[in-house]
Order: sequence, then structure tokens, then C-alpha cells
Amino acid sequence: MATGMIEIDSELCKDCKLCISVCPHRLIESCDRMNQKGYYSAIFIEKHLKKEGRKCTGCGLCAIICPEIAIEVYRA
Amino acid sequence: MMKKVFSRPKSLKKTPFHYCPGCGHSLLHRIIGEVIDEMNLQERIIGIPPAGCAVLAYFYFDIDMGEASHGRAAALATGMKRAQPDKVVFTYQGDGDIAAIGTAETIHAAARGENFTTIFVNNGVYGMTGGQMAPTTILGQKTTTSPGGRNEKRDGFPINLSEMLAVAKGSAYIERTAVNSPANILKTKKAIAKAFRVQLEGYGFSLIEVLSPCPTNWKMDTLEACKWIDEVMAAHFPLGVLKDITGDKKDAH
Amino acid sequence: MPKVLMRGNHVVAETAVRAGCRFYFGYPITPQNEIPEYMSERLSKVDGGVFIQAESEVASIHMVIGASMAGGRVMTSSSGPGISLKQEGISFLSALELPAVIVNMSRGGPGLGNIAPSQSDYFQATRGGGHGDYRNIVLGPNSCQELANLTYKAFDLADKYRTPVIILGDGMLGQMMEPVELPPEVQIKKLPHKDWTLTGAKGRPSRFLRSLILDPFEEEEHNWKLMRKYERITKEEIRWETSFADDAKLMVVAFGIAARIAKGAIKRMREEGLKVGLIRPISLWPFPYKAIKELTKKVRHFFVFEMNMGQMLEDVKLALEGDGEVHFYGRPGGIILTPLEISRVISSYYYQKRLG
Repeated sequence: MATGMIEIDSELCKDCKLCISVCPHRLIESCDRMNQKGYYSAIFIEKHLKKEGRKCTGCGLCAIICPEIAIEVYRA
Repeated sequence: MMKKVFSRPKSLKKTPFHYCPGCGHSLLHRIIGEVIDEMNLQERIIGIPPAGCAVLAYFYFDIDMGEASHGRAAALATGMKRAQPDKVVFTYQGDGDIAAIGTAETIHAAARGENFTTIFVNNGVYGMTGGQMAPTTILGQKTTTSPGGRNEKRDGFPINLSEMLAVAKGSAYIERTAVNSPANILKTKKAIAKAFRVQLEGYGFSLIEVLSPCPTNWKMDTLEACKWIDEVMAAHFPLGVLKDITGDKKDAH
Repeated sequence: MPKVLMRGNHVVAETAVRAGCRFYFGYPITPQNEIPEYMSERLSKVDGGVFIQAESEVASIHMVIGASMAGGRVMTSSSGPGISLKQEGISFLSALELPAVIVNMSRGGPGLGNIAPSQSDYFQATRGGGHGDYRNIVLGPNSCQELANLTYKAFDLADKYRTPVIILGDGMLGQMMEPVELPPEVQIKKLPHKDWTLTGAKGRPSRFLRSLILDPFEEEEHNWKLMRKYERITKEEIRWETSFADDAKLMVVAFGIAARIAKGAIKRMREEGLKVGLIRPISLWPFPYKAIKELTKKVRHFFVFEMNMGQMLEDVKLALEGDGEVHFYGRPGGIILTPLEISRVISSYYYQKRLG
């Protein structure tokens, strides 16, 4: 079972919500604070979880659909 | 041990895109950047941006680029490719650029079998100038110059340029894709890679038409816009390979 | 070198190739069809020669832009309506600072006009012609030999200053046949290297060529940069010729084929004792303002003769700055006067002004 992780550059995010719509495990949500450009950027809800606790598989669908190249994906 | 499996392509500069949230241009720029990286074309590729939202493409792509006036990219690409046939030349054009003002140049480049690739970004409106009707605006679609919806009598019918170009004997590879879902994005990437290969192998004119969301001018949010492409646009502009003279079965999908 | 008897249009094409031109994109329009026809044959016989009969004059000027961006010596040619179609492209070439040679074998106009020779595109050529603030080098040959010399020179000027050069000919020059000494073939490999071309970012950072400059301050600076270039060109590239000027009481000012006809007229008038001279601008931009003004030290009367309704006339008036008296005689629409006919007009004016 692959384990993965993503990093979202919130300053690049424009709140299009495409990543939120494609994540199969619903691991991305909108932040409640604005970034510098005034967008409620996407955040990875498992950001502070250790590898064992994460559901993210590193499938990369979020990064593929992100127009701003704001997401980097890691996979073990 | 975590390995990074997705990051920004090297052939894109680090500049953040100025495009609207959910714009297809951002996706396409990245897709093209990935293809350039994977096919190692950065040092031998020249791109020709359009007059349109992507006019500033040269601020994003870290490749040689030469600006064309509205509609004339196919003529520029003809001159540029004939002058240096060993380089890869591609044009990047919107629907107004290619199918209104640039129709003649595009059809003739295809007819002559000019060996460059065209990436045709079809979002059904004139984006940069504020959302006017375009040659690919469909009947009933509301735009700033068709406020009651495109009307058959007043405005005529939309143009299916890719189907027209498939008839030209000089066109070698024509495919229509979309960038409204991860699956379609991956298909678009494959299509563009194939088009560049078609160029490298000297088959003739290649064109990839990409149905692209324009949430701002369609007055929809991003997710609605992506759905609209699937449910409405693709009915008028069907996805798939329209022409392939290479007989290359391994790229079929 | 031996001379060959050649038609003007063929001279243009042949000397272009000898000057290193390897890319020609054109479209049929009378009276310059011989240029694309000759090029279609000639370029197929040189290494790297590319000929395309484009789908329109619009397409051909943009092919010129593409090939020029790639670093080649490029040419296109047209007349009347076709030259009008090229204006956007010429504005872009100027803004992008791209070298190119554009040949206009002027015909009667405006509109569809006719296929007879005229000089009615002077304003269009010398005032920019397209949108925006720019100037192009404009050369006005008056013989087949000059077509050869100036076409050959045009490619060097275009490369040297990174600017379009217009050869402002006319239908008569294009069709007439004269003995010509053709220049030697240029060695393309020995031409100066261009360090600004789009050839793929190998071994160097990527670059782009564009004319969209959204920031007004940057755009202003770009305009000033072009302006400084035009000042350099004005300092170094003015060309003109005077004949029978030393004791002239009346100076005829004419360019191109009109000057050729005027010269014949002046020879006649000189035989009859009339003291008429000729100043013939060869570079129409930059225009020889100073040379004309200088003449006012000795001459008061100027007779401008053009095959149009008065275009170079304005430059002559600007040159004179109010000094002297200017008379204009023009025939638009494709009329070609004979030297005898124009000599009668000039003599009549000469006597009216009691210059004899």
C-alpha cells in the first residue's frame, strides 16, 4: 500500500477547488484564512500527521488537476 | 523514503501564472512544459504565442518564443520552420486567433503540410477582450456580443476547424482533447507528445485542439465550467483522434 | 564585369539572391509577378533556398517575420493593395527590430487602381505606413542598375540596423529591360553573426521577441530606442544625386522613374539654353533635407515633378523651410509622361518665371 504526501504552496493557490473535487480520500479542504492574493487557499488536512496515520497514497490527481502547479507530490 | 513524484517542469519559469482561477491555459502551459522536459526539447524548440490571454506565454515558458500578430501564427511558424527545419516549432492559439482572423493561414499551412505543431486552445469565447462571441461559440451560448445567446440567423453556426483541417491532405495528425479532468489532462499530454513526435518524424502538419474552461467569461465557477465541457461543449466538439496518417497503433487510447 | 540585359523585376530577384537572400514569400500581383516567378526557380537551385507562394500578402509578410526571427535574409514583394495588406506586418517588423526587405513596384491607385506605374505610395512608405511611430529605410531606384545596387545594399542595411528596408520601385522599372552589371555572390557564412535570433535555447538562456509592452514607461523607452536608431540612420544613410546643378536657375526635384524622365527633359532644355538642374533623392527616408536646403544658396526656384498628386512635394517644402518658390506638377493614376512632354511643362514654367 503506497503512502504519500503532498505539499501545497498556498501563495500560488487561487481557490479553484479542483484539487478538492478530485481527491479520492477527501484530504484537501479550503483554508479559513486568506493568502496574500486574497484567496482561501487549499490545505492538505493530513499535513501534520505522521506517515502511519495518513490516508494519502500519493496518487497525484490533485497535482495533475491543479492549474497553478501549487502542489508537489511525494510517494514512498 | 519519500520520493518526489510531481513537481514543476524545468522548462517553465518559476513565475506564478496571471491566468484566472481554473483557466485551461495554466494547465496547458504545465502540460506542454512536461512534454518538453520529457522529450528533451528545451534547447531546440521555439514557441509562437497568440494575441489572447496567453500573449504573455513567453514569461512562463523558458524556451525561445516569437510573438505573432493576431491570427498569423501559422504564417510565422511556416517561415520559422522552413528557415530551420531541425528545430521544433509550435504555435499556441485561441479559437478567435485560429478560426476567425487566422483561418486562411491555418488552412493553408495544413494544406501545404507545413511541419509544425499547433496547439489550439478552444474555450468558445474571446477571453482577453472580455468574453465576446467566437467562431466556436455554440448556438444559444451567451457572450457579450451575443447577449441573447448565439443565434443561427444573426450569427450563423460555429466552426469545427479540426474536422475541416482533417480534410487537408497535408495534415498528418489532428486530435481533440480537453483539460477538464485528470484523465483528460493525461490524454492531452499524450496527444501533444504524439504531435511533437509527428513533427520530429517529418509527417506534416499536426494540431491538438484542447477544450479549455474559461470560468470568468462563461460566468461559472471552475467545477461548473469543467462539467459544462463534458456535458455541452464536447457534444459539439467531440473528443478523439480526427486524423492520424502515422498508423502508429501504440499511441491509440 | 560583363553586363546582362535584364528586366527590372528579374534584377531585383537575382541581386537579392546574390546578396544572400534565401527566403522569399510572396503573392501574385501585377506588375511584380516576375519577382515571385523568378524566385520560385532561382531559390530551388541554391542551398537552403525557400520559396513559398503564400495564400495572401498578409500571410507572406508574416512568413517574413518568422524567417527573419530565425536569422535569415528575407524578402517579399508586392504592389498597391498588397502593400497595404502588409502594413500591420511591417509595423511588427519595425517594433520587433527585425531585418527584412520589402519591394513595392507601385501601381495606379487608390483601391484596385490599375497596373500602370505610379509613385503614389510615397507617403505610405516614408511615413511608416502601418500603425505606430516608426520609420523604415526607403530607397528609390531609377534604373535597372540602381535596382541591382540598392536591392543588394538593402540587405546589408536591414541587418546593420535591424530594420525593414523598402525598395520603392514602380511598374515601369519592374518591366523595363536594361543592361546591368550584377554584383558578386555574398558568402553567407561570412555574414556577421546575429546574436538575437530565435534558434532554440542551446548553450544560452532562452530569449523571446515581442512587441507587446504593456507598461507605458517601458513602451515609451522602446519608442525612444527606435528613435535613436532612426537618428543614427539619418546621420549615415542619406543618399541623393544632383545633375546640371552648378549654374541652375531652376531645380527640378524628382525621384525614381520620374527623375529619369525629368533628366531626359533637362538634357533637351539645356540644349536650348535653359539653365535647369535636377536633384534626385535616392533615399526617400531618410530624406536629403539638408541637400535641398543647401541649394537655396544659389537657386530660388524648385519644380517638383512626381507621378502622384503631390507627396514628396511636402518633404521638399519641409526642406526649404519657406525659402524659395516651389511649383508642383504631378500626374497620378499611372500616366507616364515622355521627356518631351515634361520638358514643355518645365520650360513653360521657366519662361513664365522669367528665369531665362
